[in-house]
Amino acid sequence: MIRRAMTDIVLVGPAALAVVLFIFLPVAVVFILAFTDYQVGASRADWIGFENFAALFGSRLGRNALINTLVYAAIVIPASVGFGLLVALGLHGLTPRMPRLSAVLRTIYFLPVAATLVAMAVSWQMLLHPSLGLMNSWISALGLSPQQWLSDRGLVLYTLAAIGVWQSIGYNMVLFLAGLAAIPATLYDAAAVDGAENGWTRFWTVTWPMLGPTTLFVLIVTAANAFRVFETVATMTQGGPAFASDTIVYSLYREGFVYFKAGYASAITVVFFLALLLLTALQVALIERRVHYR
Amino acid sequence: MRPAALIPLGLIALGAAGVLLPFVWMVSVSLKPHAEIFTPDVSLLPARPTLLNYWTALTETEIPRYLLNGAIVTGGILVLQLLVTVPCAYALAHRRFPGRGLLFGAVVAALLVPFHVTAIPIFLGLAQAKLLNTYTALILPFVASAFGLFLLRQAFAQIPAELVDAARVDGMSEMGIAWRVAFPLGLPTVIAFSIFSVTAHWNDLFWPLIAVTDPDLATPPRGILYFRDEESGDDIGPLMAGATLITAPLILGFLLAQRRFTQGLAGTGLKR
Repeated sequence: MIRRAMTDIVLVGPAALAVVLFIFLPVAVVFILAFTDYQVGASRADWIGFENFAALFGSRLGRNALINTLVYAAIVIPASVGFGLLVALGLHGLTPRMPRLSAVLRTIYFLPVAATLVAMAVSWQMLLHPSLGLMNSWISALGLSPQQWLSDRGLVLYTLAAIGVWQSIGYNMVLFLAGLAAIPATLYDAAAVDGAENGWTRFWTVTWPMLGPTTLFVLIVTAANAFRVFETVATMTQGGPAFASDTIVYSLYREGFVYFKAGYASAITVVFFLALLLLTALQVALIERRVHYR
Repeated sequence: MRPAALIPLGLIALGAAGVLLPFVWMVSVSLKPHAEIFTPDVSLLPARPTLLNYWTALTETEIPRYLLNGAIVTGGILVLQLLVTVPCAYALAHRRFPGRGLLFGAVVAALLVPFHVTAIPIFLGLAQAKLLNTYTALILPFVASAFGLFLLRQAFAQIPAELVDAARVDGMSEMGIAWRVAFPLGLPTVIAFSIFSVTAHWNDLFWPLIAVTDPDLATPPRGILYFRDEESGDDIGPLMAGATLITAPLILGFLLAQRRFTQGLAGTGLKR
């Protein structure tokens, strides 16, 4: 009996300890810190109730980071899911006729997912460089006026969102391709018997409903990643100019690890975490309502 | 092929060219001589390509050091993750012990926690333990992988109980079964998880930015930013060569083992 218990402890103990020490304990601590004015290195901290949250939602800087993140997500989610679906539909149709070409295109679209985002952001920064970059040189050739892609306050967030879309289309495409491959051909035959002849009708009567679970999963993953945007911001703009591209996770990093305001940064963390949990709850609720037809 | 069918193909090919643009640009600038970079007539491809920038990046900068750090950190994380995760996932799948349901519930709950949420307390804890600015700080917090535990438990649960019982009758220890029966049989999932883990940590910027300030410990993404911020804006060629060098290992891995990579990075999500 004791030997059995010892075996269990040896097998399970390290992992259980690590999960508690590096996941559950920190989550508990962050929820406590969020209600204090603790500064990194300080010898004491005072309980200040909801003051950090009031500061976050009440200050222009705090609201700005939240709104920027929402705007970023509002562009990246529909664009990268929509384009991901379109590319997947195109490649799915292409595969039987030109399997080689289809495989090559698929590889290309997936490249940004495997690539080191920070290195690619460095390349994007050079591509968008006001005078040495290719983008402005091409734009001028088309007769349009060159842009300050990363230092124009009105433009920078959209530039970052476009890069966010660039990065995630391939991931969504792969998930949609798997979803498309799982749709039985007999359903299309049945739809054809029922008079669904053109591609548009076939899409709305068979493909779209059958892709329900995939679409939902893709939406949730894309949303979670969009809310986490950090690497491109940290590499290319550091939240600037004048906080025009400040986001939740970047402000969490700045407040906590540059200004060492651990209490305030914890409050940002809590808001970020609760938003993500809400998103997941929404997913579960939608699944309960049976959006899928399996 | 009907002409109408060529339109979507054309659009997809055009999109693919757009996706490739920053890759082509990165490699192209890394091959350009200095004079071709600092010119008002920018061109996509180098007129007279040279490997000089790579030579500079490899001999006069810290890029090799960053690559080595990346290998140490991602390797360290993966080895520790597997050492801790494989036995636990095996026990969750094939042993009954008090608290098993609770532990599995905790693993599923932990899946919902992004690393960013735990960063501040872990940073404070490591500061307390005087471990900031060490490899340990870069590796240790990732030993607990809820995702790995979940994924491997699901994979090991597919192994027939009779097989495990047979191994027990043969006198194998439980740790022996975890490593010599479950591990090889679950290898496809182990590989998928390994690719996921290595990619995530090789590419991570958030934690290295927080946990270390010593440039000698910088991982590739952190290091390339040190390089960029130190130079006066005159070293764009070597910078792009550096960016290419730190992106190359994963891209080459992806091109050589596409199916496994796609599975590791996207397929693992599909099964959830």
